[in-house]
Amino acid sequence: MSADTRSSPPPAAGAAPRAVRIPPWAEYGLIPLVNVTAAFLVAGLVVLFIGESPLAAVKLLLWGALGFGEGIGFTLFYATNFIFTGLAVAVAFHAGLFNIGGEGQAYVGGLGVALVALALDRIAPWWVVFPAATAAAALFGAAWAFIPGWLQVRRGSHVVITTIMFNFIASAMMVWLLVDHLMPAGSMQPETRTFAASAALPKLGGLFALLGLDVGGAPVNLSLFLALACALFVYVLVWRTKLGYEIRTVGLNPAAAVYAGISITRIAVVSMMLSGALAGMMAVNPVLGDQQRLQIDFVGGAGFVGIAVALMGRGHPVGIVLSAILFGMLYQGGAELAFDMPAVSRDMIVVIQGLVILFAGALEHLFRPGIARLLALGSAALRRRAGAPGKAV
Amino acid sequence: MAAPAIELVGIDKSFGAVHANRNIALTVEKGTIHGIVGENGAGKSTLMSILYGFYHPDAGEIRIDGRSVQMRSPQDAIAAGIGMVHQHFMLVEPFTVLENVMLGSEGGALLRQGIRNARATLEAIARDFGLFVDPDAVVGSLPVGLQQRVEILKALYRGAETLILDEPTGVLTPAEADQLFDVLRQLRAQGKTVVLITHKLREIMAVTNRVSVMRRGEMVATMPTAEAAPERLAELMVGRRVLLRAEKETVVPGRPLLGARDLALEDERGVTLLSGITFEVRAGEIVGIAGVAGNGQSELMEVIAGMRPATGGALFLDGREIDLTGGCDAAAMRRIGLAHVPEDRHRTGLVMPFEECDNAILGYHRDPRYGSGWLMDRRAVEAKANQEIAQYDIRPPDCRLPAANFSGGNQQKIVLGRELERDPAVLVVGQPTRGVDIGAIEFIHRRLLDMRAAGKAILLVSVELDEIRALSDRILVMCGGRIVGERTPAASETELGLLMAGADRAAA
Repeated sequence: MSADTRSSPPPAAGAAPRAVRIPPWAEYGLIPLVNVTAAFLVAGLVVLFIGESPLAAVKLLLWGALGFGEGIGFTLFYATNFIFTGLAVAVAFHAGLFNIGGEGQAYVGGLGVALVALALDRIAPWWVVFPAATAAAALFGAAWAFIPGWLQVRRGSHVVITTIMFNFIASAMMVWLLVDHLMPAGSMQPETRTFAASAALPKLGGLFALLGLDVGGAPVNLSLFLALACALFVYVLVWRTKLGYEIRTVGLNPAAAVYAGISITRIAVVSMMLSGALAGMMAVNPVLGDQQRLQIDFVGGAGFVGIAVALMGRGHPVGIVLSAILFGMLYQGGAELAFDMPAVSRDMIVVIQGLVILFAGALEHLFRPGIARLLALGSAALRRRAGAPGKAV
Repeated sequence: MAAPAIELVGIDKSFGAVHANRNIALTVEKGTIHGIVGENGAGKSTLMSILYGFYHPDAGEIRIDGRSVQMRSPQDAIAAGIGMVHQHFMLVEPFTVLENVMLGSEGGALLRQGIRNARATLEAIARDFGLFVDPDAVVGSLPVGLQQRVEILKALYRGAETLILDEPTGVLTPAEADQLFDVLRQLRAQGKTVVLITHKLREIMAVTNRVSVMRRGEMVATMPTAEAAPERLAELMVGRRVLLRAEKETVVPGRPLLGARDLALEDERGVTLLSGITFEVRAGEIVGIAGVAGNGQSELMEVIAGMRPATGGALFLDGREIDLTGGCDAAAMRRIGLAHVPEDRHRTGLVMPFEECDNAILGYHRDPRYGSGWLMDRRAVEAKANQEIAQYDIRPPDCRLPAANFSGGNQQKIVLGRELERDPAVLVVGQPTRGVDIGAIEFIHRRLLDMRAAGKAILLVSVELDEIRALSDRILVMCGGRIVGERTPAASETELGLLMAGADRAAA
């Protein structure tokens, strides 16, 4: 490859080809759908390769995720985690920062939840513990994300590197805290004591029963609504506030941000802290909503799934909620699938996840030009039929 | 007579609604320097991009040495013996000259043999054409003129018989430009063919054999340079008698609104970019800053607009002293009445993926008019954007369209509307008409003169001397980060040119 072909053509003054524009429904609906379909087709080939029927596998997976009340309950429980971590990745992404430290930030957020719950669970009801623990989770997550953000703007240390490193630091720190400080005397389990039952978040079983759905013992709880509220918050923040405007400006064109008098330093740190806070709040769901104690490795990869969720949801809260539900289905349905079809292990689910990340993230533009061309052809034909002249752009 | 080096027949190219090249015919004879002139956006760069294989023409034929050639990529062009020197250099700065030259034709997985061959070839080329550059110098450390020479060497190394130079003198001092022309004459003497793209008539007259004029995507004339007069070429370029002098009202300058005293700027490595900058702009006055691009004008604008801190000196806005060496930022400068039209609207003036209305408030988004608290009042934003769209005739009139979908002239109008319609006391304007078509140029000049008549202080930076002379009340000339002289608009182009080249060079 010569140097000349790698460079883009010189901008022909006034006559440069314009970027292809795709209507929002295609941008946020059609393209992710095509990407996911492609990921599933390739995953199907893998299932075929290990000698199982892809169709049977899909049927099992769907049944496991959505076929019965308890399955739906678990799907939504997992989806709750992914909404938080997906939003976290998206907020940083809008500021042009790739926060892949959601895992560690959620882990440290769990420490905040546990400390509040351990202090308050015997003296206060759940509706006091819940907001306090949520605030602590957000604060701890934000603090953990603040350090990489600050290092980025002050020292130029890349957040991708530092946030990965901070996942490991968080992991080691939590093991030390749990084993040496938080574990009750005489216990052999590296986890805190179980919180008082009065501090537990209400499960949503009753609510679903009103809809005629029996979720059985599924742990889906009030955190789901907290997650949805966060999704709404992120939408308003990014597209309806002045801070969000500044975040998007910094993410899309840092030079224009400097010109506009926006402090890139401030925006980078603030975005990282918001991102960390969202990741930290994820801990409320499993720690306060389900297990009632802080366990080792309770995040279980949800921080990384958040990256896929954010990519697939194209950084938009609606897309993130939808793709979080899809990944919730994969998690829950995958567990059922592994149970009923032993040849397909849980690792297969990780493979499918990886494929989704590959198609929705790395190969995002694989189908985009083709779809753009098809749509352009379609709309040109429509315009011709309507007899309207093409819009000059 | 030998077949022409290049023959273009019926070249046609459209980008959406923009017809960039319309049925172009061009013949370039072997062993000549052929100039192509035209205004920005006339289609010169598009035509050359087609010739170099970047774009595929919608219709037409390319013949090299009489043979029809399909240019699907720059490789095809290189194989056909065409080399291109871009306006923006395509060099790997941390690499040495030798490494840059052999990039893309290393010849095998191991470099040893390739380096040896390249060094020998490079020496031969240097001898033949008088193009001497130290092969082991790091490109990033070379002055711009020599970097350009490396680009030429790169093309020759790949066996170019025809060399296309796209606006090669935009970044050069007049002295460096003269050296470049010597090199081009040398190339011609050795039988190479040169296509020189420019919008500067002086250069055409100085060095070319033949000249072709493009206007709005069409090739309007080709003639021997000896028969061409600059006035005639200018008229052909613009399509009517050129009167770049807009009607200037008589305005009595008022009190000084913008002042600088001993402004200085050093970069992180301690290189002096600006020093001893002292000037004053009064109400109702346009002060033009002339200079070859890259002599500190951009930095001066950035410092005044609060985009980067100065390392010394003071700025005065309406008599108030402002410390630019520390905590000042662009938002604060805007609040105290300084508007800034940046030189490069693509890089700094607009956020291309943003909708027009979001761009219409860039920098003013904290204004309480667009929402009193945290929230942004979308309706107020769109109302403001629509008002400017109507006032500045921005097309298409759709404030929800991304800025990237507007043409260059309309993008510039978005920026101008944003900065001018806030009634600033002081206006800092960089390259207001770069890449803008003629109709828009007149409109933009008119708006600037209206601002002047309304008693604003305007600092105008432009590399177009004509523009500076047409609009300014006084002209400051910058060279090497200093102001080297002040002249009236009546000063001759030669006089300004000498100042721009620096006093010491002028004496030589």
